[in-house]
Amino acid sequence: MPAPLVRARSLRKEFAGHAVLSDADVEIRRGEILGVIGENGAGKSTFMKILAGIYQPTSGHLELDGRLVSFGSPSDARRAGVSIVPQEFNLAADLSVEENVFLGAELVTPRRTLDRARMRARTAQLLAELGANVSPADRIDGLSAAQKQLVEVSKALAFDASLLILDEPTTMLTRREIDRLFAVMRSLRARGMALVYVSHKLAEVKEICDRVIVLKDGELVREAPIAEIEPAEMARCMVGRELREIFPPRRGSPGPVVLEVRGLTSPGAFEDVSFTAREGEILGFAGLVGAGRTEMAEALMGLRPSSGAVLVGGKDARSRNASQAVRRGLGYLSEDRAGSGVLPGFPIAENLTLVSLRDYCRLGGVVDREEEMLKARTWRERFGIKAADLSAPLESLSGGNQQKVSLAKTLDPEPRVVIVDEPTRGVDVAAKQEIYRFLSELAARGAAIVLISSELEEIIGMCDRVLVMREGRVAGELLGEAVEEREIMYLATGLQTAGASA
Amino acid sequence: MNGTLAALRRLEWERYAALGALVLLSVASALLSPYFLQWQNLLNIVRQVSYTGIIALGMTFVIVSGGIDLSVGSMAALVGSLALLALNAGVEAGFPQGTAVAAAVACAVLTGLACGLANGLLVTKGRIAPFIVTLGTMALFRSLSLYMANAGEFRSESSLFGELGSSAPLGVPLPALILLALAAALSFVFSRTRYGRYTRAVGSNARVARYSAIDVDATRLAAYTLTGVMVGVSAVLIAMRFNSVGSSTLGVNYELDAIAAVIIGGTTMSGGRGTVWGTVIGAITLGVINNMLNMVGISPYLQGTVKGLVIIGAVFIQRQRQ
Repeated sequence: MPAPLVRARSLRKEFAGHAVLSDADVEIRRGEILGVIGENGAGKSTFMKILAGIYQPTSGHLELDGRLVSFGSPSDARRAGVSIVPQEFNLAADLSVEENVFLGAELVTPRRTLDRARMRARTAQLLAELGANVSPADRIDGLSAAQKQLVEVSKALAFDASLLILDEPTTMLTRREIDRLFAVMRSLRARGMALVYVSHKLAEVKEICDRVIVLKDGELVREAPIAEIEPAEMARCMVGRELREIFPPRRGSPGPVVLEVRGLTSPGAFEDVSFTAREGEILGFAGLVGAGRTEMAEALMGLRPSSGAVLVGGKDARSRNASQAVRRGLGYLSEDRAGSGVLPGFPIAENLTLVSLRDYCRLGGVVDREEEMLKARTWRERFGIKAADLSAPLESLSGGNQQKVSLAKTLDPEPRVVIVDEPTRGVDVAAKQEIYRFLSELAARGAAIVLISSELEEIIGMCDRVLVMREGRVAGELLGEAVEEREIMYLATGLQTAGASA
Repeated sequence: MNGTLAALRRLEWERYAALGALVLLSVASALLSPYFLQWQNLLNIVRQVSYTGIIALGMTFVIVSGGIDLSVGSMAALVGSLALLALNAGVEAGFPQGTAVAAAVACAVLTGLACGLANGLLVTKGRIAPFIVTLGTMALFRSLSLYMANAGEFRSESSLFGELGSSAPLGVPLPALILLALAAALSFVFSRTRYGRYTRAVGSNARVARYSAIDVDATRLAAYTLTGVMVGVSAVLIAMRFNSVGSSTLGVNYELDAIAAVIIGGTTMSGGRGTVWGTVIGAITLGVINNMLNMVGISPYLQGTVKGLVIIGAVFIQRQRQ
């Protein structure tokens, strides 16, 4: 067997003393597609980001072609032949395809002006090799998701990459586009490139990869040639225990309808969404990224213009802004904790009361800081938030504890309907389990919970009833025993995915 | 635990850095000139910085909320002109002087409020960048005051007005007293009230604030309006001091001094963090620098150079710390 292209030796990465990747030894060979799987927070993206030079490892080292390398930045890695196609495209929307392909590494003539002819020719050649139906002069914002992805791949290949990393490349693609991408990947493999394919679509991993590694809680727990491992086994390795254990037991039957949504429409995002949620019920919203679930939640919270009817407890609850929605009994935990959830520089206690600050104010809007601190202590106790000092900035907490603060902040005004959007994104398994327990307790106390999640295990383990959205519409509703992976994927994609069961 | 301690240390440093710099500067000044520590000189410094200091109090709220207001100097000229028109109209109509002065003060505060409100509405409802809005109104306010005075000046016809300008109740010049009173009140608002916290939240991350059910527009609007009111107070005080308003000279470069005071006082230019008392210290620091340059005989034309370097230096230090 030839020497591997990449060899990672006891690679370790810590954030604030917490290891998100611990001592991973991985080899990547030429002419192979290596699957990397694991739950959210298992360390997949950390591993990739180290390979691509975005993160520097805390300890351990990387060898490329037998030589020790240390990438200080993504451009270092790119020069050494390691390129990444990120999950969220990193393209300048107003520039053309060729300008994007060579962005930051433009070819120049001897007179130091841009060599547009050469760049155009090279881009056209790359696109043709990939079978992309795109012209180098097209502007990015006119392209489909699949076309943008091929532009990202061209960008990665423009500089003789020997290792190409693809992060969740198929989430936004249709089946036919996926087949095309797989064909491209196979031809790159045939040329002797090494590819890393990160995904949690296990059936696709089985289909395209030659070998797979499973990460769990930052550790490499399994490595196997693809012929020796089935998707069900992969899932077991990822979770490391029976799925049911991490989810709380089912509650009793739900009470009366508390949230009623009829014909909710926000042009360009979602259309004609109607559903009800009952007291004590956990209603799941499944679907692919971009199916319109988050947008629907934002519309309910008055954060996005929409039309249609929204009733909470039988009363009109359509809101023009979030403060109206909160007064009418709605609460929302955003999927984007850093971007729209919490203020890292603010004290923990002040984050906890950000939504409900009105309730802590005396005459003239003076904040009663003692009452605020008292409530913050109550939340710390109830959610087991590991914080010695509640007036310390939030950023001093770990991701899981920050997420608990974020959830407590949403719950502090005591909403009747709680919409949680990807509530366990980026938190470790222990915190995950706790968050599931809080949500379950909340439902048991009579709140209606709308759980938006892209993790099927979460949807299946937590929800009494599931709505699946596809391209901005409700594609179907599943109840009880019908809540299972294959059915959800079928409704979410509109396609029968062979062997999608785990 | 280490993170917490480090954060606390950083916070304290931010709070006292400006004060420390001011103390060092004062010691240096006292060593350079025996006149520096004389009571009269100190009072003069405080009086001189009061006018821009009062404006800087409002500017603190604007900058912490993530905005900027370049129009304050021109606004002061416009508001001051209107206040003198009100004063003189009152005197000519035969009202007692006290009433005429009260009318002038009310006119200044209300027109300041209106100008600030206009800035704020353009920023929030008009969705135009604060820099552009206030650059526009900076030109607009100045031009209106020049037009009204035909580029000349308005002279007060009330002697009481001028007397108030140089009065010093309790031995402290009136504008300095007002600066301290307003600073105390606004510091309370900033650190203890819901509005103050919302201002910091909006400047820290407007999106998080919006998702947290905070009315971002109302918060920003209030900051610009507050600044307008502060400009009104400052303009009428400076009009009292000169007993006149020069339409082309009043308020020139006030935006620079006000922003400089805020920044030197430790408020971050990107918003979200700052203190009101820091701004007061920043304003006094600028006054001490000017005073020192005068005493050691450096050309007044070079004072702008020093001020510019100090602002850039303060922001540079902020950057390094982040």
